Amino acid sequence: MTVGAGMDEINKTSQSYVGTPIKRREDVRFITGRATYVDDIKLPDMLHGAILRSPRAHARIRSIDTSKALAVPGVIKIFTYEDLGDLAVPVPIRMYQLPGLERYLQPLLARKKVRYVGEPLALAVAESRYLAEDALDAIAIEYEDLPAVVDVEEALKNESLVNEEAGTNLAAIHEFLIGDVDRAFRSAEYTRCEDFRVHRFTGNPLETRGFVASFDGGREELTVWGVTKLPHLNRQIIAAFLKLPERKVHFIENDVGGGFGIRGELYPEDFIIPFAAVKLGQPVKWIEDRREHLMAANHSRENRCRLEVAARKDGTLLALRATLYGDMGAYVRTHGGLVPCSTAALLTGPYRVPNYQAKIHLVVTNKMGLGTFRAPGRYESCFYRERMLDLMAGDLGIDPVELRFKNLIRPEEIPYEVGVTRPGSAPTVLDSGNYPSALKRALHEFDYEKLKPLQGRYVEGRYYGTGIACFVKNTGGLEPYEGARIVIGDRNDVAVYLSISMLGQGHETGMAQICADALGVPMDWITVYHGNTDTSPFGWGTFASRGTVMCGSAVHLTAQKLRQRLLRAAGEQMGVDRATLELRGGKIYRINTEAAPVDLNEIVSKVRHLGTLNQGSPELEETGYFHSSQMTYSYGVHLAHVAVDPETGMMEVVKYLVVEDVGRCINPLLVHGQTVGSAVQGIGGTILEELIYDETGQLLTGSLMDYLLPTSTDVPDIDSVILEEAPSPLNPLGVKGAGEGGIVGTGAALANALSHALADCRVQVKSLPLTPDRIRAWIRERSR
Amino acid sequence: MTLADFVRQELNLTGTHLGCEHGVCGACTILMNGEAVRSCLMLAPQADGAVLNTVEGLGESQELHPLQRAFQDHHALQCGFCTPGFLMTAVAILKENPTPSREEVREAISGNICRCTGYQPIINAILQVSKKSMETEK
Repeated sequence: MTVGAGMDEINKTSQSYVGTPIKRREDVRFITGRATYVDDIKLPDMLHGAILRSPRAHARIRSIDTSKALAVPGVIKIFTYEDLGDLAVPVPIRMYQLPGLERYLQPLLARKKVRYVGEPLALAVAESRYLAEDALDAIAIEYEDLPAVVDVEEALKNESLVNEEAGTNLAAIHEFLIGDVDRAFRSAEYTRCEDFRVHRFTGNPLETRGFVASFDGGREELTVWGVTKLPHLNRQIIAAFLKLPERKVHFIENDVGGGFGIRGELYPEDFIIPFAAVKLGQPVKWIEDRREHLMAANHSRENRCRLEVAARKDGTLLALRATLYGDMGAYVRTHGGLVPCSTAALLTGPYRVPNYQAKIHLVVTNKMGLGTFRAPGRYESCFYRERMLDLMAGDLGIDPVELRFKNLIRPEEIPYEVGVTRPGSAPTVLDSGNYPSALKRALHEFDYEKLKPLQGRYVEGRYYGTGIACFVKNTGGLEPYEGARIVIGDRNDVAVYLSISMLGQGHETGMAQICADALGVPMDWITVYHGNTDTSPFGWGTFASRGTVMCGSAVHLTAQKLRQRLLRAAGEQMGVDRATLELRGGKIYRINTEAAPVDLNEIVSKVRHLGTLNQGSPELEETGYFHSSQMTYSYGVHLAHVAVDPETGMMEVVKYLVVEDVGRCINPLLVHGQTVGSAVQGIGGTILEELIYDETGQLLTGSLMDYLLPTSTDVPDIDSVILEEAPSPLNPLGVKGAGEGGIVGTGAALANALSHALADCRVQVKSLPLTPDRIRAWIRERSR
Repeated sequence: MTLADFVRQELNLTGTHLGCEHGVCGACTILMNGEAVRSCLMLAPQADGAVLNTVEGLGESQELHPLQRAFQDHHALQCGFCTPGFLMTAVAILKENPTPSREEVREAISGNICRCTGYQPIINAILQVSKKSMETEK
């Protein structure tokens, strides 16, 4: 076991907030109805925006007539592409910018052509949201319909081009090779090839997207509320768009109703709402409705994979070859090729696969663009790999558990270098872990041996099955740094300013725990602030399960630095060497004694008033950053036990377990919360949800009556086990991100469970979702 | 004007939230004459003369309602957006059945959507309060 250097430091202060299930301090404002979400903000003279979205999937725009809309009383202005003038930039790609993708950037408002149902065409601004929506009905647009392509195979025929100027619907290809895959396949005793598919679904935070933008024309300063996830990067881009210096643009997140990867990316609305506020000189609010959200906030996942495996007869994996097709939708936005590329990046999972090849095709269609959703790509690849392992186990007559134990990377092989699996990145290195131990623990906790005899059994009208999925999930890293500024206030008061945002994770509690331990003060002295580009001018954001890894580490290191500064001031004041002092519970002690402590507040007060201590500076604060380009890898196991009624196709998830090693758990309450919540999101996404388009490109699932989110009766209580067997050596806390492990294996474990249950019916799941109609169809098809 | 918009915009009681505006998610649940209703599916005039209860009236930060305390105890909220709707639904559930079983609570909250917690802690929180009410009755 590797222990991060900072852990000893924490122990020295003999405090132990870290690791304790402390109740969330931020809860009070939420449970009393006093939180402030973006739609709760009201400013004087505030106007309201509504966005006209394309009802056509693919059409030329012949004309747009806004005159009748402008005549609606209370309507102030209708913005179309022409109004953007020289500010008409496209939404930029910020990562995974593969060559070729730059041909498919989205204009802020549709120009000449619409390419998906939901594409923004115009912004109406009026005195109320009701009036703005009425104005949309009065805008007249003439279209010339074009054939829509809604499927990757159709798109690749290039008969109808999403973007004619590009000349092809194949936006980009990325491939990589590790080892000698061809040779491994030539010499293998066993090979198999399968076509898999993962459906299109998305995060659906309960609060839809929204902004309030306000421009102070006198000072030329813009404030935008409602930006989340990546406030600093978004500010940089919006400031450049509006030709304002960054410091004159203030991004404030306020309270946020969930993100799950899809909120907080730059969308066209992120540009046009501030643009309208600047042009009109009055604050503008825009709140997305659920229909808009389903059609025009990032979709995710949709992906196909031809997966080939080569192995020895004893089940030893020799090689994997993946040919992937990502359905990118009509435009490539901020994430570039991330989602399909991430599918390939971790496809080998926690297993020893010496030879691996992937070829990723990014294909544009007349659908909403593809972005990230909790464990983007990893949910997909876990499904492909774990299904293939079960199929292989069946072919070779090996128990699926035994097959996994045989191929899991052993603890002594870690750190394990997989090879370069991401475009333009350093090799993927699994940093720490004991994968077989996690699997053993999971089987034990789940009572797997007891459930095994039920595998495929038909009892009282239902088939039973149990499925396994092992996973690794990269967390942290990604962007190079996060920071914290910690300021000692007047009395029992410490303010921590985070460089990241919070979308429900509980940073106001978790970060306070980290700070209290590392600084040596009671936790109730601490207040945590976040999501504000004024108080923290530099930072990246909250995504990729990196909040605690990156910003938690920054808080820890900065608090330690500040503690040294406090001890130095105390030493000066007390006339002793600071090395003889320590800070515990907000009091200064002589090291290892309990006698006559000095209250920290006294020192602080002297520093403030005398101005002679602390090197003549009244301020007691530190700002610090944690840098890391390497990822930490959480890992674990999902186990699902299901019962299926073959007559109706209804599958009940009877029992579900997630075991995840997070390296070090800051607050068990929060970590279990993340695990259980993300498992339920994954189960829902696997058994209920799908964003379905018809052949003309119309979205058929535009309401929550058609797009089913899991409710309390759709899911069982989830068993969650947190392990701390392998702290990460890559950060001072030893932590790994806990936000996504609960979702990664849901598709895989449920599909494996269903396949075992329906062995008698010869159903082997190769595509998701697992909805009753599809399950029924598979049973019917196989029994013919 | 919908009842939800009236409560939020005219009365400035923004604790009641709008998640779908078509009656599915339950975030806008308030009590009308003691019964849980979806305020997004009603027009404001329909509530003329009625007694409305929203989350703001449930308890103060210094004096939390037992359900509010239970939600905090069990980590029954993350982003908090659905929470007011769940709290008001829970008030109505416990009024109708002060000692529900776990499965009864699961069923009773199945009309409200939470995207963060996976429901388990919400059920635990409501059961905590129901048990307490059992004890005080004894």
